[in-house]
Amino acid sequence: MNIRIQKQLLRVVILAAAAVPVLYPVLYSFFMAVMTPEEASAYPPSLVPHSFRLDNFREVFATVPIATFIGNTFLVSAIVMLGQLITASLAAYAFARMSFRGKSLMFGLFMATMMVPWEVTMIPNYMTVRSLGWLDTYMGLTVPFLATAFGTFLLRQFFLQVPLELFEAARMDGCGHVRYFLQHMLPLARPALGTLAVYSFLNMYNAYLWPLLITSSKSMRTVQIGISMLEFQEATSWNLVFAGITLVLLPTLLLLVFGLKQLVRGMAAGALKG
Amino acid sequence: MSELEQAIPLSRPESRTVPAVRSRRLSLHRLKLREQLLAYLFLAPSLVLFGVFLFYPLLQSVYLSLHSTDPAGRIAGFIGFDNFAALLSSGLFLKGIKVTAMFTLLTVPAGILVSLVLAVLTRHLLRGKRVFQLIFSLPVVMAVGSAAVIWKFLFHPTLGMLNYLLELAGLPPVAWLINPDTALLSVSLMTVWMNLGFNYIMLSSGLLGIPEELYESARMDGAGGSTLLRRITLPLLSPTLFFVLVVSVIGAFQTFGQINILTAGGPIDSTNVFVYSIYREAFVNFRFGMGSAQALLLFVVILLLTLIQFKWVEKKVHYQ
Repeated sequence: MNIRIQKQLLRVVILAAAAVPVLYPVLYSFFMAVMTPEEASAYPPSLVPHSFRLDNFREVFATVPIATFIGNTFLVSAIVMLGQLITASLAAYAFARMSFRGKSLMFGLFMATMMVPWEVTMIPNYMTVRSLGWLDTYMGLTVPFLATAFGTFLLRQFFLQVPLELFEAARMDGCGHVRYFLQHMLPLARPALGTLAVYSFLNMYNAYLWPLLITSSKSMRTVQIGISMLEFQEATSWNLVFAGITLVLLPTLLLLVFGLKQLVRGMAAGALKG
Repeated sequence: MSELEQAIPLSRPESRTVPAVRSRRLSLHRLKLREQLLAYLFLAPSLVLFGVFLFYPLLQSVYLSLHSTDPAGRIAGFIGFDNFAALLSSGLFLKGIKVTAMFTLLTVPAGILVSLVLAVLTRHLLRGKRVFQLIFSLPVVMAVGSAAVIWKFLFHPTLGMLNYLLELAGLPPVAWLINPDTALLSVSLMTVWMNLGFNYIMLSSGLLGIPEELYESARMDGAGGSTLLRRITLPLLSPTLFFVLVVSVIGAFQTFGQINILTAGGPIDSTNVFVYSIYREAFVNFRFGMGSAQALLLFVVILLLTLIQFKWVEKKVHYQ
């Protein structure tokens, strides 16, 4: 018993030692976010802040339209999340519960899309979006991402785990595919839908290259670009950049705190069981 | 048909049952047809989107790569494989691949090893499990934009925290991103940190799938910690490890954001990874044809790497 306690203690010590460098960059941003400009650019740098200046956040709002950026990004991420949930659950249901000609071909086609690196399609997509007149619009930011092979695969694996007997019983009662999908499958699949929702929201919230390419006006930029804009403005001091990062980070951090269990469970249930 | 049957005098019972069976069969057929239609209706939104934003651009890339384009992105003329020949002969392709491969070697094995150790250690923790889980998953919410900016300040040669800590430890300062010898290493360090969250979550969820009883019965048989790791954890986790490996390699070959923010490909091209040079070719120099040719080569490389991994590495994977 004594050895077991010692082992546990050793484990905690190692993990705590590892936790410091992992956590530090995040803590560092929080510290920098509340320092005065003088302290933030002083040498030697202070390990913990000796000043506490909440005005930094007010100044960020005044320097770049960060509220607009956050609003934009939330809107874009929410649209993509919803769109992906709809397209992926529909397709996943067809693959899991319906029989139709060309099913395996279609499934292969879906899986193949995961192999194509996004960069290969980036240039033509830019041109497509430009010719549609979607540059610098919400359409351009969201529509190319509304379908997801990863999500379809994840949900299909989950739908397949729902017992077939349930479907047969519902059929006996005269329940068609559409009603079964809406009233039975979707409510049952809430955990998997939740995982996909968290995953796609995070992905979109953190997107960088595509928004950088297709947005040009300040009113359409997303947060990740806003952060680098803050950094490239010569006049802004470090503490403001970090106040901006903190503001952008908080929503996703909250999402992780509440969604972590969901994420770990859902990934295990969906992605890896054949 | 029904008229014909009516015309032929048949015995009563038969004339009643045949149409009944037939109509049932007909309705079954119609039902199946309806299911087919419905299935394609369910697939339609995804198919249309993939068609427009994935399969069409894939073909378009091939077309673009065989042409030269003017600065507005319009086709200027057919040039055959000139773009590819130029890429291969100028050494641009080889150099890009070399930097990217180096970056992959620096980030993928280290990233997987660190997250594996952390995931295994947290699994059997009795107390504080959730806190550690949260900490090690934390980088998953860090967008590449924010993460790179944070590290840019940490790496700052004179005012940065890392050099200050080195100084405190009595070590000489490092030029991190400014020295061509350490730039790629520095970007890799930041990337390992950034990817830790995803790897850790994947491996932790993989560990969740290994039943606790297996460990208990092995312990009863007197197996020690290292035996448990080698005989139970690693084999049973191998599908997840393989998945993480494939995804990490693909991810490393598609790295862009941190390069753009931290080094912009420099100094002296020491961090000019493949996707960054595609970006520069297409959206800075506006040579879409050349950019597309590079992108297609990237596709081929990723495809080959994935195939190699499936062929050679997957043999060692233990599927239940």
